[in-house]
Amino acid sequence: MSQLNKQIKNPQHEARIFSSRIAFSALLIVLVITIIFSRYFYLQVVKHKELLINSEKNRITTTSIPPARGFIYDRNHKLLVDNVPTYRLQMIPEKVDNIKQSLDELQPFIHISHDRILEIIQQVKNNRVFTPIVIKDKLNEKELANFIARKHNYLGFKAIPYLIRRYKYTDILAHVVGYVGRINNKEMQELDKSRYLGTEYTGKLGLEKFHEDTLHGFPGSLVVETNAKGRILKTLKQNQPLSGKDIVLTIDIELQKIAYNALGELTGSAIAINPNNGEILAMVSKPGFNPNDFVNGMSHAQYETLTKSETKPLFNRSIRGRYEPGSTIKPYIALAGLYYKTINLNYSMFSQGYFQLPNQDRKYHDWKRGGHGDVDIEQSLTQSVNTFYYALAVKLGIDRIHKFLLPFNFGETIGVGLIGEKKGLLPSRVWKEKTKGTIWFPGETVITGIGQGFLVSTPIQLAASLSMLANKGKYFQPHLIKSETQSATSIPFDIPEKYWQTIHKGMIGVIHDIKGTAQVIKKEGYLTAGKSGTSQVYGKKEEDIYTKNLEIPLHLRNHALFIAFAPADDPQIAVVVVAEHGASGSKTAAPIAGKIIEKYLTEVHQKAKL
Amino acid sequence: MPYNINSHHNKRHYVDWWLLLFIVLLMGYGLVVLYSAGGWILVKKQIIRLALGMLVALILAQVKPEKLAGITPWLYLITVLLLLAVMFFGYESKGAQRWLKIGIRFQPSELAKLTIPLMLAWFYRYRILPPNFKSIMMSIIILAIPVILIFNQPDFGTSILVAASGCFVLFLAGISWKYIVGAFASIVAIAPILWGFLLKDYQKNRILTFLNPEQDSLGTSWNIIQSKIAIGSGGVFGKGWQSGSQTHLDFLPEHSTDFILSVLAEEFGLIGVSILLLIYLLIIFRCLYITARAKDTFNRLFAGALTLTFFIYLVINAGMISGLFPIVGVPLPLVSYGGTSIITLMAAFGMIMSVYNHRKLLKS
Repeated sequence: MSQLNKQIKNPQHEARIFSSRIAFSALLIVLVITIIFSRYFYLQVVKHKELLINSEKNRITTTSIPPARGFIYDRNHKLLVDNVPTYRLQMIPEKVDNIKQSLDELQPFIHISHDRILEIIQQVKNNRVFTPIVIKDKLNEKELANFIARKHNYLGFKAIPYLIRRYKYTDILAHVVGYVGRINNKEMQELDKSRYLGTEYTGKLGLEKFHEDTLHGFPGSLVVETNAKGRILKTLKQNQPLSGKDIVLTIDIELQKIAYNALGELTGSAIAINPNNGEILAMVSKPGFNPNDFVNGMSHAQYETLTKSETKPLFNRSIRGRYEPGSTIKPYIALAGLYYKTINLNYSMFSQGYFQLPNQDRKYHDWKRGGHGDVDIEQSLTQSVNTFYYALAVKLGIDRIHKFLLPFNFGETIGVGLIGEKKGLLPSRVWKEKTKGTIWFPGETVITGIGQGFLVSTPIQLAASLSMLANKGKYFQPHLIKSETQSATSIPFDIPEKYWQTIHKGMIGVIHDIKGTAQVIKKEGYLTAGKSGTSQVYGKKEEDIYTKNLEIPLHLRNHALFIAFAPADDPQIAVVVVAEHGASGSKTAAPIAGKIIEKYLTEVHQKAKL
Repeated sequence: MPYNINSHHNKRHYVDWWLLLFIVLLMGYGLVVLYSAGGWILVKKQIIRLALGMLVALILAQVKPEKLAGITPWLYLITVLLLLAVMFFGYESKGAQRWLKIGIRFQPSELAKLTIPLMLAWFYRYRILPPNFKSIMMSIIILAIPVILIFNQPDFGTSILVAASGCFVLFLAGISWKYIVGAFASIVAIAPILWGFLLKDYQKNRILTFLNPEQDSLGTSWNIIQSKIAIGSGGVFGKGWQSGSQTHLDFLPEHSTDFILSVLAEEFGLIGVSILLLIYLLIIFRCLYITARAKDTFNRLFAGALTLTFFIYLVINAGMISGLFPIVGVPLPLVSYGGTSIITLMAAFGMIMSVYNHRKLLKS
């Protein structure tokens, strides 16, 4: 049969085979179409949701609209820091025919360096044609006017408004408000990315940094439809950003100015505080700097000058400067003496010009050659009698001094609400053994009595301690934000009213007594209580102790301190002044404090009362 | 079919109305999708092509199959010569040398899609079927020459279609299942060799992309990922005509040519896809019906092979854009914009109609 088939064509057989192959094909076609259909069913029904999400992701892009940063006001709602609209020149490459030519034409009106032009041309090559390229940030008024006058010739160019931080007060307030600067890589890691998309600046120092969270606000979003190349086709949804909250300071900018100017050529710190509520009225660290420079960017040389300068303009002395309190410690030591009953209200002693520990040769001198004669507690403060305090400190002993000064915040940070506040040092036996590995020597107690040796304070700590002293043990935490009202705490000592009065009287004497060291700042109308102090600058020879400070080089002169509050009978303001290398607390620092108090009590405070 | 029993010898205007109807339906549907994918300008150009294709089909429908058989060997020879000419004188576009310029741009491989099944049908028309080993070997040589020439251009898609059309002739001629199984087995066996020596890098890439499309979503696999997103996001009912975001925002590549079915799937959903598949099935089954009624071996073999090739077009395109197969660059027949393929396909339908017009008449 098969042999025959090879020889002879058999139409019926061929037709049968053909029909079966056609039938088979038809079956196969149906099967394959079913498979194809199943594939589409799988994609369009089973995977529909997932792929729809993918298609939406393709289509929709969300960009962030940065929020406007909150403003900063002084206590009287005077604007201190705001944002100003400025303009940047942008170019959309696809809308400019000849980029090089256009830039060269614009160059004389809007200063663009030739290097920058080359840079821009390179940028154009690396970017998509519809992505705007920044030609120049922060056009000045003339450049903006020049551009606007010619803009019809440059349709691909646009002046785009944006907000830039403006500090209306520069050096005066720099250390309090700090500044914002461009977000760096490290900050990028730490900041919440969703809140900072599209934001270029963040607080770097001062209140700007401390209250970053409040000031920054929340970005809005712009939901746009883009094509495959990323070109925006239309806006689908827009959520407005939530601007940062404004903050109102306790600072009185007028008083701040006075404090700053009162320091004159000196470097140092001046702090004024209302002891009745802890509000910081002024806080100056001199020299200051211009925070706007950090916003707008400064040259390398400018930055070098700022960081390398011997006067350290970026160093916030108010919270980071560490100085011996010197004689400003005396009111606290006297109070400790009374409290521990080491002395009583009638106590007096004879100042012969020096003090010696038993069995020791070393003499601890009075500042006045030959001594002050008979002095009681009040006079010991008024005349600042060292020997009185040498003896008292020894009688108290370092343990009780440490225990008494600790609640006054000596050796502590205050938590004033700024980044980088430093701790002072309140020495104790334990501290000495731990850090120096030696026992406490009696001689160290002697000089602690006049605020020298290991004892170190920051100006803000001195201000906090002073406000407790002025307020007779009642304490309101010093703060810079008006809304952060503080409730009163008390020192854990039960100190009778008459003890406080005695100390205050002694401090009033500093200004109002004929033997007082700071009579220069006496004013009619109110009583001022104060105390001067000298913070030793080491490197002098021992025998220089009596030489007039003004005869030695400036950088070796002692720091001058003054603490004061007024009116003494109802304190409204407490002031701490540290004048670096000011040599004399009563001659240099006291007048500065006096000016601040006078201004406050005669003008600012009077106005506030009305 | 009463309407042309008598007219067979009198009137010269033969048309298979059913097939024509289905084809017109497909074209119309295709134009609606093309409007969304490419706009009025493309639609206008496409209408001209379709009309030209229709003219070719109607003319060829009038040509007696015997006349076609008479010139078939010459057509084959011309095809091979043109393919050789492409190799030496053709010009390159997109990395492949496929075109000849003879007045107009012309792609000889398209011609091969018609002439190769014709040639093989001609080869077997008087031979005893099923084919014996010797004739199979001969037909493989007839097939291999143009296929290799096309593959070398390189044009993987067309070479597969041409090879398939030849294999369909052999299949319909009744080639023994032993050979069919053997052929599949040897393809599997030589696939690694093909991979190593024959495939160009871009072809390898396409296959690798197919196997693992998520590997580089912006590189070679972008197309297939975007196409799947377009299809899947269409869902059952689609996003609506002209509302496909994948298409209109340019995420979908080549959306008026190779990927037009993705556009349809995105905008008209699974329902739209089903309707399209149904129209194709109608066309294919009408053609199979015509084939079954063809009067001789030559007619049966080439009409059947052309029908199955048309089907393979659909399968490859619908499969590749949905990620079933690698991307091989085969258009969706009669729907994808442009190309010589419309003319070729319509010529095939013309010849199939002619087979019907000159079928054997069973009863009066």
